[in-house]
Amino acid sequence: MSCTVSMTVNGKTVSREVEERTLLVAFLREHLGLTGTHVGCDTSQCGACVVHVDGRSVKSCTTLAIQADGATVTTIEGLAAADGTLHPMQAAFREHHGLQCGFCTPGMVMSAVDLVRENPNPTEADIREGLEGNICRCTGYHNIVKAVKAGADAMQGAQAAPVAAE
Amino acid sequence: MYAFTYQRPTTVAEAASAIQAEEAKLLGGGQTLLPTLKQRLARPSDLIDLSGIPELKGIREVDGGLEIGAFTRHAEVAHSDLVKRVIPSLAGLAEGIGDRQVRNMGTLGGSIANADPSADYPSAVVALKGLVTTDRRTIAGDDFFTGMFETALEPGEIIKAVRFSRPDKAAYAKFRNPASRYAIVGVYVARFGAEVRVAVTGAAGSVFRADAFEAALAADFRAEALNGLSVGADGLNADIHASADYRAHLVTVMAKRAVEAAG
Repeated sequence: MSCTVSMTVNGKTVSREVEERTLLVAFLREHLGLTGTHVGCDTSQCGACVVHVDGRSVKSCTTLAIQADGATVTTIEGLAAADGTLHPMQAAFREHHGLQCGFCTPGMVMSAVDLVRENPNPTEADIREGLEGNICRCTGYHNIVKAVKAGADAMQGAQAAPVAAE
Repeated sequence: MYAFTYQRPTTVAEAASAIQAEEAKLLGGGQTLLPTLKQRLARPSDLIDLSGIPELKGIREVDGGLEIGAFTRHAEVAHSDLVKRVIPSLAGLAEGIGDRQVRNMGTLGGSIANADPSADYPSAVVALKGLVTTDRRTIAGDDFFTGMFETALEPGEIIKAVRFSRPDKAAYAKFRNPASRYAIVGVYVARFGAEVRVAVTGAAGSVFRADAFEAALAADFRAEALNGLSVGADGLNADIHASADYRAHLVTVMAKRAVEAAG
């Protein structure tokens, strides 16, 4: 059984014939070739698959593609500017080394951008709480939290807060 | 995931007709159902997505409280200025469900229809004198949850909204599983004049009221009034996260915390 799913992904209108059981993450990766969105646990725990659907972060491994029919979807590939300039949150993750292996990073960045949209000036506790749906098995989260704080400041256009030495 | 047919009706009547299909399932936010399907633990013939039905959505102030549409997502309840003003403890409960991505998808109706013994919302439905309106009738919150993953809903019955009464004071305190964020024990304490309701989730197969706690708090609405009281470990859940004795202990501790938070 198949159906037509149409949505706007990273500013482009796309339409594909897929099986109704196709997950949004599979639609993005396998049908659109957008492999920046990762499948980590595949059990709704780890958040490596987080994308934005109509501006809100969701786990694309726990969403059917057809549930996003007609929606506006942003993936990690859609965050940077057209000229390649990184989104402030991406730049902050690079600057503050908010990653080691990098597998969780796309989901972390997408969750962080959604968090800052709702709370432009998050405390460390807000950030840790806001990233509960994202698991990193390398870093211990310390630099991720620093990166999100710096990214939040940068998104506000404020000067990034000074960062304590390790 | 096994194959299924997907439908997105735009009215409750259409959904009620579609759910008559053999082995059809209603789809709310999908945060429990989709993981279940991915593990091939269920094989519905049809998924009836309720997201396209306007009459199932929204939060309204009504006489004596709030009415929240079944297809209202946890994040909407958590961030609603109306809920924060009328029943702030309910907004707080919603803000503590799962993680932010789950809250962006999961719905009130989906949560209570699933009746997970560790879910948060059942405690609110019971503590806040909930009234569950379906396409067929209205069910009192006290009668809605009948067992582990069991409710008073008949096959094919669709929840339309839940009405919550506004308490004078209330709070929800939860000892959560740090990985899943489900309640190992959650206690919702609500005071309505001389009446106090104490609803406990996570501890047993289904949400229940702690009668002795209610009587003690009705006489003296202070945490100290619960000193020496216990719901007892008989019939409580025991698993790798907590023994029945530990859960019984947590019920008293969470109830005290809720009373203190209610002020």
